Amino acid sequence: MLRIDNLHVSVEGKKILNGIDLHVNPGEVHAIMGPNGSGKSTLAWVVAGNEDYQVQEGSIHFKGEPIDDLDPDERAVQGLFLSFQYPVEIPGVTVTNFMKTSVNALRKARGLGDMPARELLQKIRKTAEKLQIDSKFLSRSLNDGFSGGEKKRNEIFQMMMLEPTLAILDETDSGLDIDALKVVAKGVNELRSSSRATVLITHYERLLEYVVPDFVHVILDGKIVKSGDITLARKLEDQGYDWIKNN
Amino acid sequence: MEFKEKLLSSFFALQEAVSIDDNPLIEERRHQAFKTFEEKGFPNKKQEAWKYTSISPLLSEDYVIFPRGQVGIHPNDVKKYFLYEMDTYKIVFIDGVYSPFLSNTHHDGFDVNLLSVALNQKKYQKTIGRYYDRIASSKESLVALNTAYAHEGAYIYIPKNQDPLSPIEILHFSSGDCAALWLQPRNLIIAEQGAEVQIIERHQSLVEHPVVTNSVTEIYAGQNANIEYYKIQDDLDSASLIDNTFIHQAKDSNVSIHTSSLGGKIVRNNLTFYQSGQGINSILKGITVLERNQHVDHSTLVHHAHPNCESHQDYKGIFTGSSQGIFNGKILVDRIAQKTNAFQQNNNIILSDEALVNAKPQLEIFADDVRCSHGCTVGQLDQNALFYTRSRGIPLKEAEALLTYAFANNVLESVSIPILKKHISHQIAAKFGVEMGFGI
Repeated sequence: MLRIDNLHVSVEGKKILNGIDLHVNPGEVHAIMGPNGSGKSTLAWVVAGNEDYQVQEGSIHFKGEPIDDLDPDERAVQGLFLSFQYPVEIPGVTVTNFMKTSVNALRKARGLGDMPARELLQKIRKTAEKLQIDSKFLSRSLNDGFSGGEKKRNEIFQMMMLEPTLAILDETDSGLDIDALKVVAKGVNELRSSSRATVLITHYERLLEYVVPDFVHVILDGKIVKSGDITLARKLEDQGYDWIKNN
Repeated sequence: MEFKEKLLSSFFALQEAVSIDDNPLIEERRHQAFKTFEEKGFPNKKQEAWKYTSISPLLSEDYVIFPRGQVGIHPNDVKKYFLYEMDTYKIVFIDGVYSPFLSNTHHDGFDVNLLSVALNQKKYQKTIGRYYDRIASSKESLVALNTAYAHEGAYIYIPKNQDPLSPIEILHFSSGDCAALWLQPRNLIIAEQGAEVQIIERHQSLVEHPVVTNSVTEIYAGQNANIEYYKIQDDLDSASLIDNTFIHQAKDSNVSIHTSSLGGKIVRNNLTFYQSGQGINSILKGITVLERNQHVDHSTLVHHAHPNCESHQDYKGIFTGSSQGIFNGKILVDRIAQKTNAFQQNNNIILSDEALVNAKPQLEIFADDVRCSHGCTVGQLDQNALFYTRSRGIPLKEAEALLTYAFANNVLESVSIPILKKHISHQIAAKFGVEMGFGI
């Protein structure tokens, strides 16, 4: 589904990724772990299509097609979703209206008509309920004045609304208390299916106890240095990244 | 004949053209004001306050100053400009002449009335003597011109602790009956101690024709009074407006003025707050969304003359085409006005190469224990927000429209009349081709 080969990326002249290889198949959950500044978020942004990041070498294929030339919105149409580490505040547009605009933009690009308002509102309500989101929150401006936890929950809310084929969650777990973490994990698990895939980018092993990944990769200095299963994550939690560096 | 000459020579016909007062005090003011205008004439770009806004392009028309009587307008032609059904308080003027047919005034307990009535009837004399033409700056030539000719407008008087409970609409329509029209409405708004009132003012041309409105509004907020005043400026490209609004606040009062400038040829808003007492809050909000050759100039002055008061100014503008926006915001803090908290913010987004913004904050602070902040930005849309929006499948053009809409819409948070909020929000959304739903 996602195939990243020998990816080299720089931003503002600074080299960040130094030859990443990552293959994600339908039905799989991958976790990418690594210390601050190792290039985890860059990987997420470059897959989502942020134009500040220049791909210098290598390629990204999604569903068998190269996506290097696609705009961020075109990648979303293909079924990609990025849960932002720092969701942007957009005062002046409510969560509901943002969602409506997004859902219908995607449908339009896929050759479908607008989702009927009633159906959309129902889906919004149902999804919000699942994530224990207060309905008042839906008529608030998007992320404006939200707490860290509310912002992350809102990202998962959007993910569940848009039902992407591949979701990349960039540190969605950081800054969450245990209850919020469980809610987020519930959302991720609910979307898990044989036709979808998830990439979890995280510092900590904590989230992985609730969303058990099929593969765990460790990224250091812009390169995947070790891959394994959940036991790798547990070992990292115990011994820290120095253990990898020293091996 | 030059238009100024016409105004000067017509002054002596005023008495016959409109049936006005024989109140000697007002007569005296009228003549004083006339003399001021005669001496000063129209403002020009050499004057600092008019550096960026020239009204000389407006002065070449042969404007009618005294429109002939009633022009019949069918309610269906103007209904869309009413925010409420017919049975709420409305004062409607067509070509400067009161339309009893479209209006709904009130005289019991509080007054939603006409200035001509208040100026002419004895029972209003005390109030007129106390408030009329007390805070409008007699030195400004355009204000003086208005005072010289003033005879009609809205008169709203809310006695102590009263609240009309529903907003009052002041609507000025121009029908196109006169080829070119010069209007000079004069409003007097008084909310006594503890009174509350919400007012919505709108100037609207019904057909394309040259109209200039030189309006003066005096607003008095008594102790603890609460006034919300909304100005809707969404006129045709043939209509210009010079709005001179003066606010006088007694202690512990709250006054907010929201100005939505979404249209018109040349619009100049002179907004002056004078704080007379402690514990006062003054709020100034503005949304300006312009296109084509539209020009809007916001000139604000907040005068902090007593300790422990606040003022909050938040003006946002979006400019496309060859439109032009000016923000000239002055905060004056007297030496005695310690513990003043004055905040001023002006943010602009320019979406075309030809659009222009001039922003000039002026702070004159003579007290030493105050919190005054001001910020001014002119820029483009936030790239992070654009990426975020696009990553949700919204294409670039739509994402830009959505964020532009959001930027402007944010000022509406403080509009406390839901139907008005919705109205302005829809106007802005329509400008950017953004489709919003679910009642915003």
